[in-house]
Amino acid sequence: MRIGLFVCHCGNNIASTVDVKKVVQAGLKLPYVVFATDVDYVCSAPSQKNIEEAIQEKNLNRVVIAACSPHVHEETFRRVLKRAGLNPYLLQVANIREQCSWIHDNVIFATIKAIDLVKMAVAKVSHHEPLVAPKVGVEKRALVIGGGIAGIQAALDIAEGNIPVTLVEREPTIGGAMAKLDKAFPTLDCAACILTPKMAEVNQHENIELMVYSEIEDVKGYVGNFEVKIRKKASYVDYEKCVGCGICEQKCPSKASSKFNLGRGDGKAIYISFPQAVPKVATISPKHCIYFQRQKCRVCEKLCPADAVDFKMQDEIVTERFGAIVTATGYSLFDYSQYGEYGGGRYPDVMSGLQYERFLSPTGPSKGEIKRPSDGKKPETIVFVACVGSRDEAKGRPYCSAVCCMYTAKQAILTKEHLPESQIYVFYIDIRATGKLYEEFVRRAQEEYGVQYVRGRVSKIYTDNGKLKVRGADTLLGEPVEVDADLVVLATGFGASKGASTLAKKLGISHDSYGFFTESHPKLKPVETNTRGVFLAGACQSPKDIPATVAQASGVASKVLGALSKDQIETSPLVAAVDARRCIGCFQCLGVCPYKAIEEVALNNGAKIAEIIPTLCQGCGLCVATCNPGVISLNGFTDNQLISEVEAIVKG
Amino acid sequence: MSRGNLEPEKEPVKNGTPPKIIAFLCNWCSYVGADMAGTTRLKQPEGVEVILVPCTGRMDPLFPMKALVEGAEGVLVSGCHPGECHHQDGNLYARRRLEVLKGFLPFMGFEEERFSYTWISASEGKKWQQVVTKFTERIKSLNGKKD
Repeated sequence: MRIGLFVCHCGNNIASTVDVKKVVQAGLKLPYVVFATDVDYVCSAPSQKNIEEAIQEKNLNRVVIAACSPHVHEETFRRVLKRAGLNPYLLQVANIREQCSWIHDNVIFATIKAIDLVKMAVAKVSHHEPLVAPKVGVEKRALVIGGGIAGIQAALDIAEGNIPVTLVEREPTIGGAMAKLDKAFPTLDCAACILTPKMAEVNQHENIELMVYSEIEDVKGYVGNFEVKIRKKASYVDYEKCVGCGICEQKCPSKASSKFNLGRGDGKAIYISFPQAVPKVATISPKHCIYFQRQKCRVCEKLCPADAVDFKMQDEIVTERFGAIVTATGYSLFDYSQYGEYGGGRYPDVMSGLQYERFLSPTGPSKGEIKRPSDGKKPETIVFVACVGSRDEAKGRPYCSAVCCMYTAKQAILTKEHLPESQIYVFYIDIRATGKLYEEFVRRAQEEYGVQYVRGRVSKIYTDNGKLKVRGADTLLGEPVEVDADLVVLATGFGASKGASTLAKKLGISHDSYGFFTESHPKLKPVETNTRGVFLAGACQSPKDIPATVAQASGVASKVLGALSKDQIETSPLVAAVDARRCIGCFQCLGVCPYKAIEEVALNNGAKIAEIIPTLCQGCGLCVATCNPGVISLNGFTDNQLISEVEAIVKG
Repeated sequence: MSRGNLEPEKEPVKNGTPPKIIAFLCNWCSYVGADMAGTTRLKQPEGVEVILVPCTGRMDPLFPMKALVEGAEGVLVSGCHPGECHHQDGNLYARRRLEVLKGFLPFMGFEEERFSYTWISASEGKKWQQVVTKFTERIKSLNGKKD
């Protein structure tokens, strides 16, 4: 065995705390190490070439790279080995950056630790065997979860690449949060005017299958071969027959609050979300429907000219196969009733930014006229409060929601256009206007429209004589401020979409403590997840505005098209295998395998043993730890490999 | 031990050699969390050395046992939070096995406190720093009692 060791300086990322030369010297003394050198940037193109040459010249048959985390560059170096004619799995990476140089100050101890990490890697690599990645076919279809602007853009771009897409949306219409907006900053284009053509395109595209009012029930499989169960919720209206005439909604005698208008404004038990809904079909909410509650009525059924109402409809579960999955599930707004000091949701004239947006919209509850919900009067003084549920440790939301400063400025401008005589105050902590033309937009609100910006948090909102008293502080003047307002709009921040963590579990992806899905790398793999074949777009990953969401959605489409462009995908060879001669056929492993990758096979002599299907195995190793006679081994993580690492550390 | 020529001679060392701790981290959550701690430069004791496992479900109780027998001063295992295992429920199997192992340690002549398992997600770099710092302190105080 001939092991080559390459120790990276990473500029001074590693070299400033680890004495790289000493690591090389110590490495040369280790068993089977025939070549060791230090490299400035081991991942750079010339260094990769040098490793290839060293492998060939020194006849190396194992390689250890001491550099950054294997999660960063393991694949890069596997390709280097492959180019040099060596099996790519004869590589071991020692993580001396993220888990050594970056977390220590003491050069001596950091160097000792780096040497230990190299010892572990050398010990482990000497147990490596050449491995061949199994190949599997690819289902050339994509699933997009969520029909907001992110999902719409991703679906359209993938479909344009000639890959069939299924777009699943849990509401009865696509459009998501953007469909609820009146205008979009900083250009003030009408949100519906730019969104609805895309919605219609989704509906008409030959490569897109639209499944509204449906949710993901279960996900199995792996990249190229996902098997997804989708629950089509009972809408009690046959979407195939419904023509969207809206007679049912007009005549429905029930009363409900409008979900699309976020509880502001009246709705009916049978409803079409909004005039430009796609698909434009009616849906019955059983909770509000008189027939479902009292077994009488059925007015809609009698009046429907298309005979589409079906009270006997049941949920239906369909199973489909996909090669790649995009999650574009968006966000949910922070629930401002958690702010007791702002009335805790008790005052009708205190509302969230998105609720206010509905009042601004011509399709909203007041047909685009700004009125106080309490008495229907035109408000004269309107106060906007920024950072409600953002940048507030006390509410468990320390992060910035990225869009509230901008939508507050937008709503202030729109309000001034509707009610030029009105007086507008914006309470803010800082103005974050970092996008293209954003700062200019906020300036316009202040200078052209005369919106009063007050730097400071609002401490209390209470009612007094039909007015809302807004009490805060102007931290620039250093004095308390009190405003008598007719209407208060809270710029509520973004949280994870409802059900995000349940979906994450089904997909096998992770999320942060706020529920936003975790990308594979914060800078360089922003749309990938740690589960191959599952991708992210839009606000489900972190709060973002429409331009950033659309950019990410188009980015995700290119990743999906890339993944599905091949006829076969290599799966990881780091899978488990049963030693057929020693298996006693107890089948303990069968019960624990989360992927149903183990099956019973009969030998010629009639004995039954377990066998692992390599393309189904995901290499978790649970069966290995479960196997009593110890006859299952996991490539890359055998008992010998792990114990050799332990011994390398403690025995030195 | 080949670390001889690197033993602290010239540079003053404040607290002596840090105790040798082996940490088994799952590939999907805790290893990424530890990387995250590195990326954000969260300083940690130098004695903690990480062995990557594909899932805590792979953990054979033999590994921590072997580590202690061979001379590790402490062993830490960390995986995805219960219910959030990348491989569905490997961490729950691990929890059962490791809990049993914990009970066994005193019979093998080790303090139970030399072994611990925990759950750290990919975004919890800060938590990883706190866990290793605290665990190192615990091992130091155990070592102190021995002397």
